[in-house]
Amino acid sequence: MPVESAVQNQTPEISIRNLNFYYGKAIALKNINLDIYKGKVTAFIGPSGCGKSTLLRTINRMYDLYPGQYAEGELIVAGKNILDKNVDTIDLRAKVGMVFQKPTPFPMSIYENIAFGVRMHEKLTRNEMDDRVEWALTKAALWNEVKDKLNKPGTGLSGGQQQRLCIARGVAVKPQVLLLDEPTSALDPISTMRIEDLIHELKREFTIAIVTHNMQQAARVSDYTAYMYLGELIEFGKTDELFIKPQDKRTEDYITGRVG
Amino acid sequence: MNLKLRRKLTNVVALGLSLAAMAFGLFWLIWILWMVFEQGIGALSFDLLVHDTPAPGNVGGLRNAIFGSVIMVGLAMLIATPVAILAGIYLAEYGRRTLLGRVTRFVNDILLSAPSIVIGLFVYAIYVSQVGKFSGLSGAVALALLVIPVVVRTTEDMLVLVPNTLREAAFALGAPKWKVIIMVTLRSAKTGVITGILLALARISGETAPLLFTALSNQFWSTDLSEPMANLPVTIFKYAMSPFADWQQLAWAGVFIITMGVLFLNILARVVFRQQSANH
Repeated sequence: MPVESAVQNQTPEISIRNLNFYYGKAIALKNINLDIYKGKVTAFIGPSGCGKSTLLRTINRMYDLYPGQYAEGELIVAGKNILDKNVDTIDLRAKVGMVFQKPTPFPMSIYENIAFGVRMHEKLTRNEMDDRVEWALTKAALWNEVKDKLNKPGTGLSGGQQQRLCIARGVAVKPQVLLLDEPTSALDPISTMRIEDLIHELKREFTIAIVTHNMQQAARVSDYTAYMYLGELIEFGKTDELFIKPQDKRTEDYITGRVG
Repeated sequence: MNLKLRRKLTNVVALGLSLAAMAFGLFWLIWILWMVFEQGIGALSFDLLVHDTPAPGNVGGLRNAIFGSVIMVGLAMLIATPVAILAGIYLAEYGRRTLLGRVTRFVNDILLSAPSIVIGLFVYAIYVSQVGKFSGLSGAVALALLVIPVVVRTTEDMLVLVPNTLREAAFALGAPKWKVIIMVTLRSAKTGVITGILLALARISGETAPLLFTALSNQFWSTDLSEPMANLPVTIFKYAMSPFADWQQLAWAGVFIITMGVLFLNILARVVFRQQSANH
């Protein structure tokens, strides 16, 4: 099948094998098997509660913050099963960055927002840090709008700018993977378009996994798409093929709007 | 139409009742403020700041009492705020659902509603009676015990209000927990925490009961924290009860100073808090 061969030519950045996830006793992810490919954008779609955000939050061990949530199986990042108890989550999160649904600027200046994460992992001189901040803001297509007000609070920016600030903040740490959890669902159409353009730019340097409620968005930005339903991975493949010729009836029902 | 009329009537009645309740509350407040103002303003003079509390019939001021109050209240805040903020951080960030957290929160709530005279007697029993003398330090400790539960509570409440998404965003960048708390959570709750501190400061500024058993009072100028220390509330208490007209005058002046101070602190707290709301 063309899907299989195309998929096989890619190097996986993240390999997920037999992954189960639990909120206390309730199971939220059932036996997920999936590769996220290097330098590609992988979109996760599916109705609310299907587990797509949970899956994303497993990749950077965000669930660690909440007692009672745990995962079993294998989630290989850079050759290591990061579900292991003794994995250093601080290191992991330096490799796997995340941007959330709502923009979350920290209560500090634009400059400090960017420098915050970098300082956790690197000791830079003032000049190096200045360069890094400019680099990250440029990557996030925000530099021109904020270069004259780097010392102003990040909370003063518009919603779309705040979200690009959050992307810049994630990018500044130079992760290998960026996880985007519905990054445009709180934004207006123009800001959304800018973020989507940005995703196209960013995939040159980063592997991207994006959760989205918006199927058109998945079709526009991603190379691969995974359709999830009730905690299971129903179908995974190249985006254009999955949307044009879904192999599974359930995927077809969802993308044609009969479910969801 | 009947229904519409009834809705309108209910609305008018409810509005009328709440306006009446507000007027009732404001009436007393304004009366108190007016009286303090009327009696106090006449008693104000520069002498208040340069003379100590006098013997009856002599020229005097409130210098030692004002100084003592500022020192003890300041020291109490210095002792209490670090402890209380750390405890608030523990309750909100570490022990939110733990047994220790719940017990601490419960005990803190009891302390919050404990009558201040009980706190004064407590410090008297464990400290003053052991040492055998009243002292400014014991006064500051008693006031600190009143500040702690207030600041613990407001700090916790303000930290809990910080959305989890902000914490997650900081954790997602690979920040360790203590850095997330100091750099992000506490910072975004900063003005709320400061407001709580200001309100606690306002509360203890006028406390009399805990000082009666601890700092007592002092007729003379004293900066020694191991000696009894003059302070405004106890001086007001003594002078207002006295039969001497000049002492009563001084008591009114003291009342005026405390009231204005507390009013100022409350307004400051509101301004600080409004700034936070404007930033969000």
